[in-house]
This record gives sequence, structure tokens and C-alpha cells, in this order.
Amino acid sequence: MRHGKYPFIIGFLVVPLALYLVFVVGAYLQMFQLSLTDWSGYGGFTYIGVENFQKLWDDSVFWIALRHNLYLLIVMPIVTIALALFFAFLLNSGGKKAGGVWGSKVYRVIFFFPQLLALAIVAVIFGRVFGSDKSGMINGLLPQSWTPWLFLADERWALTCILVVLVWQAVGFYVVLFSAGMGSIAEEIYEAAALDGATKVTLFFKITLPLLWDTLQVAWVYLGIAAFDAFALVNIMSVNHGGPNNSTQVLSMQIYLNAFQNSQAGYASALGVVLFFLTLTFAALTLRVTRRDAVAA
Amino acid sequence: MSVTTDRRTLLRRAAAVGLVAAPGVSFLSACAGSDDNGDDTKQATGTKSADNPLGIDPKAGIEIVIFDGGLGTKYATDVDTPLYNSKWPDSKVTYSATQQVATTIKPRLNSGTAPDMINNSGSDIMDFGAIVKAGQAADLSDLFAAPSLDIAGKTVAETLVPGAVQQGTYDGKPFAVNYSFTVFGLWYNKKLFAKNNWTIPTTWADFTALLDKIKAAGITPFSYAGANASYYMVRAIMTSAAKIGTEQVLKDIDNLKPGAWTNDAVKQAAAAWGEIGKKYANPSHLGLKHTEVQLQQNQDKVAFYPCGSWLENEQAASTPAGFEYAMMALPSVTASDKLPATAINAAAGEIYFAAAKSKNPQGGKEYLRTMLSKKAALEFTKLTKSLTVVAGAADGVTISPGLTSANDALGKAGQDVFMGYLFDTWYKKLDDASREAANQLFFKGGDAQKFCDTMEAASQAVAKDSSITKFTRS
Repeated sequence: MRHGKYPFIIGFLVVPLALYLVFVVGAYLQMFQLSLTDWSGYGGFTYIGVENFQKLWDDSVFWIALRHNLYLLIVMPIVTIALALFFAFLLNSGGKKAGGVWGSKVYRVIFFFPQLLALAIVAVIFGRVFGSDKSGMINGLLPQSWTPWLFLADERWALTCILVVLVWQAVGFYVVLFSAGMGSIAEEIYEAAALDGATKVTLFFKITLPLLWDTLQVAWVYLGIAAFDAFALVNIMSVNHGGPNNSTQVLSMQIYLNAFQNSQAGYASALGVVLFFLTLTFAALTLRVTRRDAVAA
Repeated sequence: MSVTTDRRTLLRRAAAVGLVAAPGVSFLSACAGSDDNGDDTKQATGTKSADNPLGIDPKAGIEIVIFDGGLGTKYATDVDTPLYNSKWPDSKVTYSATQQVATTIKPRLNSGTAPDMINNSGSDIMDFGAIVKAGQAADLSDLFAAPSLDIAGKTVAETLVPGAVQQGTYDGKPFAVNYSFTVFGLWYNKKLFAKNNWTIPTTWADFTALLDKIKAAGITPFSYAGANASYYMVRAIMTSAAKIGTEQVLKDIDNLKPGAWTNDAVKQAAAAWGEIGKKYANPSHLGLKHTEVQLQQNQDKVAFYPCGSWLENEQAASTPAGFEYAMMALPSVTASDKLPATAINAAAGEIYFAAAKSKNPQGGKEYLRTMLSKKAALEFTKLTKSLTVVAGAADGVTISPGLTSANDALGKAGQDVFMGYLFDTWYKKLDDASREAANQLFFKGGDAQKFCDTMEAASQAVAKDSSITKFTRS
């Protein structure tokens, strides 16, 4: 049977790999090509060299969008991971036998719920939660005499509202991910530490966290990539596609607007190229910086 | 939105197999398609005759795509298609409706499998200037020169209201039928105004005095939805600018003439509307969508709403019995406005075009000719409460109160009906900038100078950008 192994494996891989090459890698390559053209999105195009990139350098909105993406990149993973770790630890606190807080099995399911909803639906729901007048859920719960909070209509807070939703949507997945990681930590380690008189806090920082490092690293990369995106939420929730006054503008929204509204597909591709390298750099940096030797158990 | 969600799953998969993926931009080039624009598509043709002026192949089917929005789709399925089929029984009409015009149609244009007749409309509208530039829209000269389907002795062009053909003309050639005829103004509840003895103002002083009274009555005097309908406000500002300094102001803006946006007329209009925003705006409406603010108007929580005559039909389902739509022309801004207070901005809108690279573009045009018949136009008006560009098609017919009042306003305006501006369809980027600038002006304290400067900068950026096709008008 041995010699039949490779055809078997190849048989499995060839279709997904071909799909990936055509629809992801191929599309990326084409994007690189298009970034050097003046393609409008309809019909033919001519090559214009790096003109799109020069235009991008002078585009103030591009820099605003980039700044917002970096803000999300820093804040969103930190908040999400911190919350997810906290919840996961409560659900598992210190080994299987100790169990988590009361009802932890139910919570685990509830935490995962947001993950089941399509992002577009989440955006529509939170659009109503953050409604800027009394018809919005939060404003509706406030006393009648209060002036409604503007949320998404307030430049200062609009991006934070989007951030809150991003975190809300992501936390559940990482709770489950970290729970799984915690579950694989050997029971004896906790028991030994507990016998030595370690508190739950000590257990968390001295045992759980170091042994969870690999999982955290993966989570960080995933969340970073998500922070570079944020397209669906901005597109559906924000005032006037990235407004008010570009306060929720992100790179992916700029790509979309330029490609599909402004008929500037070439320019949008240039933005895409920049985003591609940003994300690649981020992922490489994260993996490099956070690399450390496996903790000896 | 399936694009995004699919992308999300794709990413996770990609990461799962250990390949690092950047946030998907692959959807961009997914639309690029091939460069052969389907020139080799075999197009259906027939013999031209008096009965068949466009020379269609009576046996060839046509495919039409209608935008399913404020106007509904009943006019296409229940009026136009049966009418077309009564003349061409062997031509099968394949019909579909969409709310995502660009998403559905653009890939098909690029892959050379375009539908024959397309209704380009809605929030997912395709940049029509770019479509024309790419040679994707059929030249409609022969359609407009063809005899009307049911108005004897006239060509199609001769049956239309003045300016209708011009509005779909790009660099001298007509490419679009702007079918519905929209009258723009300020909409209010006639019954509410009658109850409170509020009279319709014609000067700015009367207007603000009335807004004060309305405010005192606990109603938001004037509003629009900032989240997705700020172009209604752009329309109001531009209309005021045209009243102050004639339509030439708007023509200069369309032609990207340097200084067009910092013109005194624009500045005065922006200052006047900025002041209204400062005094009477409800800041929370910046975060609301058009349906939400329109509903508030139907509930008498908002008095004036700037909009086009499609409003009445769009709100038909949620208009209560105590509400009767009526519209007024925008009041004069200064005592020395060059156009009278009765002047009205009314324009042909709602683009229908035949795709140049479809299987049967002549059939698509024939369908348009059917739509431009008097019978189809009348039924359209009845169904959608919107006038059409077919002149006088709705004369002598009882129409809805809102449309009646729009019609009256048109009558009062006499010769002072102006088409308005085209920069919003010509230069999408400028359109976006104007929406944001209008929001800033109205909801953030009304800085007219900032409005003019921002728009001037945006306009000159478009003028300098060689990748954007320029159009001019006179």
C-alpha cells in the first residue's frame, strides 16, 4: 500500500491547490500588474509605470486610512487577546479538575455565537445598536431627557465604535482557541503548583501564559490581518462610506471606493499592493519578534 | 456583501494551510476579466424597414436588467415587456432585476456577455462616464432619430422634454436614455402646514422665520439623512447657487473650471445653508439613513426634506393618512438672485442604456423605443408616481398629490426650469467629496469658506488627474 500514498495525497491536494493558485495567487499577481496601469474598471488599459504609487504618496486620505489601520492593528489584538485570555481562564481556571466558573460550558457556547453570524449581519445589527438618535438601542435605553450620543456620527468616537464591534465579533473565537490550548496543558503542572501554594493569578502568569505562547502568537497574526481589513463593518456601519470626515476611513474601504465607485481600478490595485506588503511585513515581524524557545515544562 | 464574508473564510483557510495572506484584494482583479471585449460576439441584426426602423432581428431574444429600487419593477414586467412583445412576439425577453447593479453587470460587461438593455441606478450604480469611455454603451443616435412608436409623425427625440437627449449625451453622442423626469424641491406635509397656518416662503427671511416657528412647535424644521443621502443636500446647495448666479455657475463646476467652487454664488449658497444647519440641524441625523429621516418626516417630526419627486412613491407604504406630500421651490437666497424664486431644478434621471457589446444591442434599443412610447410612459407615471421625459404623456390624467404639486411648481417656473449639474455622474470622486463637504457644512457648524475650498481642491485634483476621462458641457 505504501507506494499508493503519494497519488492519494496528491489527489486530495490538487483541487484545493489549483483553486488557491487561480483565485488567490493568480488574482494577486494580476493586481500587481494592474497597479501599473490606468485601468478604469471597464474595458482596456495602458501601462503608466509607478504613477499610481506617486499619486498614492500625495493622497492625504491614504495616510488617514493608514493611520486608522495602524490604530486598529495595535488596539484590536491587545484588547481581544486580553479579553479572550481572561474569559478562557475563567472558563478553565487552572486545569480540568478545578473546572471553570459556574456554568462555564454554557458560556463557551454563548461566547462562540458572534462567530456564527456573517460579518455583514453583525454590522447591520450594531448599526442599530449605535443608532445616533432615540431609535438606536443604546440611546433608546438612556433616559428620555438625555441628549442622544452620536456614536458613529461623531468623528471622535466613530472608529472606536467599529473597534468595539470588531472585538465583540472576534473574542469568542479566541476564547475557544485559548480554551483548547489551556486544555492541553498537563494537569500535573497545575496540581504541583497548587500544592506549592500558588494562587490562581500566579498559575495564570507562571504556567498558563508561557505554555500558551504559540497559540497567542497565531492569534496575534490572525487578529492583525483582521485589523488590516475591517472592510465590511466600515462599509455598512460608517456614515457616508468611511465618514464622517474620513474618521473611519481604512485602506480596504479606499480600495473598494476607488475600484468600484471612482472607476480607478489601477489606483485601487496600487493601494492593494501597499496593503499586501504591509500585511506581509506585519506577519513576518510578529512571528520574528515573538519567537522564543519552547518553554521547558 | 458576500464578497467580504467569503474573503474572511478564505483568509482563515489560507492561514490554516500555513500560507500568509494579506487582507483580500484579490477581488479587485477578479473582475478584470479578459481584454477581448467580446468584439467577436455575433450580434443580431435584421433588415431595416418603416416598421422596423432599428433593423432588429425579430426572432432574436433580448435580455434586460432592471434596478429594483424606488420605482419598483412592475413597469417593466407589466407594461414595457408585454408592449414590446405585442409588436415582436417571436423575440423572447429575458428579464431580471437587481439591487446591486455594478456587482451584477460590471463583470458581464468586462467578459463580453453584457445584457442588451440595462437600468443603471441605485447605490451600487456604475460610473456611466467610464462605461462610455470604455465603449460599452451603444450609440443611441439611431434610436432618437427613429419614429416614435405611437406618436405619429415625430421621431423619438421630438417626443421628449427639452434637455432629455442632451443629458445622456457625452461629447456629442447620445448614449443614455434618462427616462424619469425628476422635479427637485423641498418636500413637506401639506396637511401639517395647513393645520398650523404655515405659508410657503419665497424669500430667505420668510423661510428662516417659518423655520423658527416650526422649531418652536417642537419639530425639526429642516433635515436630511447624513449617513447615505447627503447628495440631497448637495442638490439643495447647488440649486441655491444656480438661483443666485444662474445655471452657468453649475456649468462651470461641471467643466472643472478653476475657481468654479469659490464663485460668490456658491459661497453665498453655502453660507445660507450652513446657517440653516447651524441653527436648525438635529446632529443625530448625521448618523441616520434616508429611510429613517423620511419616516420621521411622515411622523411629522421633520418639516422640510430636500428631495426629488421620487420621494412620494418611495414612501408610499409608510405614509400615514394625515400626511399629504407637497413640494415647494427653494426660496430666493438674496434679493438680487438672478433666477426668480419660482425657478426649479428638474432633470431627466434614471439611466437606461443599450450595451454596445451585447448579443442584441439593436433589440435593446427597440426595448428603449417601446419605453419611450406614450402608452408606456403614461403607465410608468401611474405605477411609479414619477413623470417621464416623454413630453405631456401624463397630461389630463389624475396623478398623486405630491406629483401634482411638483407639476404645478413646474408650471409656475415657466421658462426657469434648469437641468442642474452633471459632475456627480461624470466624476464619482467629486460626487463623494461633495457629499462629505455637505455633511460638514450642515452638521458641523456651517463653514461656507471651508466648503468652497474643500470642493475647489477636490475639483482641481480631478482636473489634474489624467486617468479620469473629462467631459464638458455648454
